[in-house]
Amino acid sequence: MTAWLAFVGRNTLAVLRYAGGVSRLGKDAAYWTLVAPARGKGLRVRATVHQMVLIGVNAIPIVSLIALFVGLILAFQSAYELRKYGGTVFVVNLVAVAMTRQLGPLMTAVIVAGRSASSFAAELGTMKVNEELDALETLGLNRVKFLVVPKYLALLLMMPCLTLLADFMGIVGGSVFTTSELGMPLNYYWSRALDALLLKDILSGLIKSVVFGIIITEVGCHEGFSVQGGAEGVGQATTSSVVTSITLIIAADVFFSGLFYFIW
Amino acid sequence: MDERDPIIRVEGLTTHYGSRRILNNINLEIRPRETMVLLGSSGTGKSTLLRHILALEKPTHGHIYIKGMDVCHCPDEQMNELRRHMGVLFQSGALFGSMSLGDNVALPLRELTRLDESTIQVLIRLKLDLVGLSGFEQLSPSQLSGGMRKRAGLARALALDPEILLFDEPSAGLDPITAAGIDALILKLKETFPMTIVVVTHELASAFLIADRIAVMFNGEIIALGTPEEIRQNPHPRVQQFLNRKPEEMERDHDAYLRSLTAPS
Repeated sequence: MTAWLAFVGRNTLAVLRYAGGVSRLGKDAAYWTLVAPARGKGLRVRATVHQMVLIGVNAIPIVSLIALFVGLILAFQSAYELRKYGGTVFVVNLVAVAMTRQLGPLMTAVIVAGRSASSFAAELGTMKVNEELDALETLGLNRVKFLVVPKYLALLLMMPCLTLLADFMGIVGGSVFTTSELGMPLNYYWSRALDALLLKDILSGLIKSVVFGIIITEVGCHEGFSVQGGAEGVGQATTSSVVTSITLIIAADVFFSGLFYFIW
Repeated sequence: MDERDPIIRVEGLTTHYGSRRILNNINLEIRPRETMVLLGSSGTGKSTLLRHILALEKPTHGHIYIKGMDVCHCPDEQMNELRRHMGVLFQSGALFGSMSLGDNVALPLRELTRLDESTIQVLIRLKLDLVGLSGFEQLSPSQLSGGMRKRAGLARALALDPEILLFDEPSAGLDPITAAGIDALILKLKETFPMTIVVVTHELASAFLIADRIAVMFNGEIIALGTPEEIRQNPHPRVQQFLNRKPEEMERDHDAYLRSLTAPS
């Protein structure tokens, strides 16, 4: 019994400590992104653009491909059920709404977490092991401003863009099914899809994507900064950055989906 | 501040990692423009002491004053101001892998000064030439050998003309010739610039070559302090053991040894 209590206590403390670390990093990142530039402390524009290419532009092929497949899968699955009721035409609505509200942002976030949260953790973790973080500090340069903010800004800007791309590609994926299987003309598909969509469907997806971007940066960077030991520690941090960020992304998705369902 | 006041003063410094005590009541004064070597075998706390001087870690008790300012309890802004007067060469060189050698040296100049780019270019060449790496500014750190990486790290540490230069194990991991090259470089810097130099090392030859004073550390304490000559004469058994490179004696109680092997985990 005491062992069990100790186990629960230890794990609760570990979770709280982790949450504390992540929120401290979030506070610092927000300060150096929003407040410090206004006080003339500068923003690293070139590094941010570089990160935008790494995080956003280079992810375009994989995000497009996966969103296309997800749209196609969604069309297959919904048609399977809807054809029993003679409602296959509603596949269009379902694909359009599900992609923009839910699967576009979620799949994008999962892909970016796999690509970028892991790379943040590995990069910062290796820098820690090589004493580069110490060197930065002894030069009097703030590690959050220097290393985290460019990634943070790049993700805040690129997540909505990638999500819009995923929304579009998912709907294109749906059209592959409707034109080939149902013989629906493309222009009819698109006008029906646009009719089914409301602005708030797209916006709610974009709001979620920004939140997912914040989660990915903070978890990835926090894992990198807290690497202990050598190469093995970097490996563990990389794994746990992906696992933790995907878990938190899905938890946040539950929260926001519920919120948007009830209030918007 | 008086010229003869110590530039670095460590007072009653005690520190723990978890419950393990690493440093125990360290008191040390380093005078301006002297070269102080912290000598000791691995695990004696000398690198930890250096990390505390750099304010990378906070002690459990005690104070460290650098140029009269308590680095253990001072706000970040003041600490960063102080850090502009300190250059550090880390054990691995700690060059930023994503930047070329030139950009590494230029980083403190670009971030912390308002010099224009052409001046910075001149300074990069000047600093790299000082450490014998002129013409290498375009290379990335991964293209360099261990010795060259340390020289480059030194060039970066010298970028802002520091008053205090600190070295963590400058000759660790280097062959004897390259290590001697680094020692010669330290001696050259010592003659050329009015700097205070602090070196953490376990290399006896190197310590006696470059030091004005040596502090010998054992088990988290300073057990001897003095000029190289005074250290050679010091009767402390641990000091003599270290100077004569005698291994730790491996006497053991056989019963206790057997018990430790068979004890349930």
